Amino acid sequence: MAQVMDGGDMDRAIQRIAHEILEKNRGSEDIVLLGIQTRGVPLGERLALALEGIEGTPVAAGSLDIGLYRDDLDQRPKTELGATNVPGPIGEKTVILVDDVLYTGRTIRAALDALADIGRPSRVQLAALVDRGHRELPIRPDYVGKNVPTSRRERVSVRLVEMDGEDGVVIESRDET
Amino acid sequence: MNHFLTIEGLTAGDLNGLLDDADEFVEVLHRPIPKVPALRGKTVATMFFEPSTRTKMSFEKAAKALSADTMSFSPGTSSLSKGESLKDTVLTIKAMGTDAMVVRHKATGAPWRIAEWIDQPVLNAGDGAHQHPTQALLDSLTIRQHFGTLKGLKIGIVGDIRHSRVARSDIQAFSTLGADVTMVAPRTLLPVDTEVFDATAKENLDEVLADFDVVYVLRVQAERGGASVFPSLSEYTDRYGITRERFARLKPEAIVLHPGPMNRGVEIDGAVADDPRALILDQVFNGVAVRMAVLFRLLGGESNE
Repeated sequence: MAQVMDGGDMDRAIQRIAHEILEKNRGSEDIVLLGIQTRGVPLGERLALALEGIEGTPVAAGSLDIGLYRDDLDQRPKTELGATNVPGPIGEKTVILVDDVLYTGRTIRAALDALADIGRPSRVQLAALVDRGHRELPIRPDYVGKNVPTSRRERVSVRLVEMDGEDGVVIESRDET
Repeated sequence: MNHFLTIEGLTAGDLNGLLDDADEFVEVLHRPIPKVPALRGKTVATMFFEPSTRTKMSFEKAAKALSADTMSFSPGTSSLSKGESLKDTVLTIKAMGTDAMVVRHKATGAPWRIAEWIDQPVLNAGDGAHQHPTQALLDSLTIRQHFGTLKGLKIGIVGDIRHSRVARSDIQAFSTLGADVTMVAPRTLLPVDTEVFDATAKENLDEVLADFDVVYVLRVQAERGGASVFPSLSEYTDRYGITRERFARLKPEAIVLHPGPMNRGVEIDGAVADDPRALILDQVFNGVAVRMAVLFRLLGGESNE
């Protein structure tokens, strides 16, 4: 088990992403952050606070559950649905999807489908705390906390104070888990 | 969970888990495009051997909102009227390629028999005077949305409890979720053996009316013999109808539910039915969401557990 980010690294990555979002979008007006269930949700909220800290105005943040949009529903164990809570209409907004680990890209594909049923944002961008590679679909992130080269046999776990009691990112090989 | 046949045996955790999922489907149904691809490629057959409009349409809407295909069956136009047995009918429809069957039948236990014949999920949409489990879920969801919980609520179920599958399923669900349930009816419409129900039995509605947080009004079921056991409909209304006068004596925060179809002016006054505290159309809306939750639980996710 190797730690690739600690709490301080995560804080700095979120601050940097917040600055990149503001630079790319020329401010935080019309931005809606949507965290993908489950660990994208607290990350989205942290990013909203970071943006508010820099700009001084609050940024809308919500959650998106993509369980009903997966293309592998038949192959995975049943899980409870998470909440989808979109703060107001997203038409004409810039939606930034927030996820903890970007891997095959299938989760993001599902999130884009879910988003299309909810509204028609003017733009959609993607922020991921960790990009571990191995994309199976033509999807790329706009903002990345850390690029972490991995093998498919490894597992990347993001741990968050809100859900796990501590912050950190670790890589485990499948045999250890 | 392989089938959804009865409320009996489900824990508060099981019920709340389904209601939690239903809350998410309520959100889905409020989206501009109220449809998700979760059950794409699955086929749900609705097999109603007894007439129904709302439950059948509600299941079909639920299946379609999950992107499943639906096939429906009505006995009047089917080979049943040519003498085909129930088993042959079921196996024939299954052979066309179904993934789940929603069954309503006038005979108690029919969905259990069908579940023995086919190796796919069976959902009970009402069997005889026995069970109507998705109705209990939608009623529980409506109450939970309004009060936040069922724990500690006083719920009065008024009317023909003896012939009511809704009452049986509701009493089990409400009491499992922590509500205090009272059955109110003339002796002839109370269950023969009231002790087997987790509910108190009362014959005088006016004595207990003011205690209730929820008044659940059952339909006078003429087709199940409900009308023959009391002298006249107007006498029933006098003693058990939720009239404007009785509605005025309820707790100010109390709500009124009815499973439909309503006999306005008999068990419920028309003005009461249209009052904002009568959540009858919310029940209908929630019916779609709870049926989505059950279908998704049975058909979504790994097929071989």
